[in-house]
Amino acid sequence: MIEVQHISKSFSGRKILDDVSLVFETGKTNLVIGGSGSGKTVLMKCLVALYTVDEGDILYDGRQFSKSTEEDKRLLRKDFGMVFQGGALFDSQTVWENVAFPLQMFSSMHESEIKDRVEFCLNRVNLNAAYQLYPSQISGGMKKRVAIARAIALNPKYLFCDEPNSGLDPKTSIVIDNLIQEITEEYNITTVVNTHDMNSVLEIGQKIIYLNKGQKWWEGDKNSILETDNKEVNDFVYASELFQRIRKASQKL
Amino acid sequence: MKVFETLGKYFLFIGIVFSRPQQWKRFWKQFFFEVNSLGINSLPIIMIISLFMGAALTIQTAYNITSPFIPLYAVGLATRDSILLEFSPTIISLILAGKVGSSIASELGMMRVTEQIDALEIMGVNSGSFLVLPKILAAIFINPFLIVISMFLGMAGGLIFGLLAGVVSTHEFVYGLQYAFVPFYVSYALIKTVVFAFLITSISAFFGYYAEGGALEVGVSSTKAVVYSSIILLLANYLLTQMMLS
Ligand SMILES: Nc1ncnc2c1ncn2[C@@H]1O[C@H](COP(=O)(O)OP(=O)(O)OP(=O)(O)O)[C@@H](O)[C@H]1O
Ligand SMILES: [Mg+2]
Repeated sequence: MIEVQHISKSFSGRKILDDVSLVFETGKTNLVIGGSGSGKTVLMKCLVALYTVDEGDILYDGRQFSKSTEEDKRLLRKDFGMVFQGGALFDSQTVWENVAFPLQMFSSMHESEIKDRVEFCLNRVNLNAAYQLYPSQISGGMKKRVAIARAIALNPKYLFCDEPNSGLDPKTSIVIDNLIQEITEEYNITTVVNTHDMNSVLEIGQKIIYLNKGQKWWEGDKNSILETDNKEVNDFVYASELFQRIRKASQKL
Repeated sequence: MKVFETLGKYFLFIGIVFSRPQQWKRFWKQFFFEVNSLGINSLPIIMIISLFMGAALTIQTAYNITSPFIPLYAVGLATRDSILLEFSPTIISLILAGKVGSSIASELGMMRVTEQIDALEIMGVNSGSFLVLPKILAAIFINPFLIVISMFLGMAGGLIFGLLAGVVSTHEFVYGLQYAFVPFYVSYALIKTVVFAFLITSISAFFGYYAEGGALEVGVSSTKAVVYSSIILLLANYLLTQMMLS
């Protein structure tokens, strides 16, 4: 469980996060949704302490994180897996080496065990070829999937995904969404996913936070989000023609 | 004020970098990789520059000796001392500041702006130590060898091109190279080299590691890395000379 208590964050006087309080639950996929520029990435980076918050606290299973020492941060971070919005693959290393990296750094596995684990992770994101290619030689969607494989390699206790399926085709998106949910439930971890993809919301939204202009605007799950009368959330959900048609169809029934 | 702030940040950075590697196997792998990429790869340019530097020094000195009272072996002696004291340790280090400094700063800067450094931090890796320590130690290890090679080639260049130009004879030049040799000059040169290696790599790494923004800023930080490491190198050269030779 990750508790966020009254955090605020400004960049050069511009308030990006404004008194945000929320709880991310263990064993659930917690989604943070919101329009572009609403502060999702900034919130996630505050969670993992890449940004220091101006005010407020962040607690991991009751442990203070935002104010701990570098050494303590490093210790807790060994339980983190994170997928950056841009992938952040190590471009001097091949796909295979990228996924093997955390295992080589922090596990006591032998070479053969590492090999099995890397293959297992790459299989789960549907990447069975391309092991020996470098990040510059693979497509954007493939980079995302390598980043996901790398994030889950060490069986993290806390998984952070910043738009894990932006840039993926609808079919692969669903594979990735399901993978994230499976891992979350199978290992009972705390997962936070930033997204503005309504498919993902309905697919894996066990808990949903709607951010608007750096504030928590609404909270619910994949069922209640279709019925809420919150105007901004409605605008977000029914932005696409597809969802408007579905709503009309269901109202006729 | 900004100067002191940057200086403080630099020393904190050095503190982060000089912490115990989290994984020795990785460290050594990276160390030898850097010895090759920062050191061995610079060998061709160093060899060419040293040969011609020695050549120019010898010919210049010979042409400037017009008095019949100065023996011709003084050409060898002057070439030797200039190479040992300044040309090899200082000029070659300056060239390395340009070559190695810009490559370190742009590599780290690129890793910073594409969030690769953040990705390392999230895994629990001490990115400063992981990325920078092997570079600094590799340069401190390999640069003295490069400088010694440069010294020999500089003197060889002086001899070869001096003969070709017909300004010295082998006998006089070699006699001059050995005449009144001060072994301490070599130690002095190597101490300078080690200090310069540390300054070049740590200063360029500093500018790359804290780059912010995009490709443009990476370019700017790479330029800054070269400018600052060159200036500070020359400043250190002055201080060390003052301290060790006076
Ligand atoms: N390092 C930074 N310095 C200054 N401003 C920043 C920084 N990072 C983000 N911002 C600002 O914070 C706001 C929120 O950005 P953020 O990246 O969190 O949006 P987002 O919700 O993730 O959007 P998207 O869905 O497009 O990824 C933006 O207005 C952005 O300009
Ligand atoms: Mg974002």
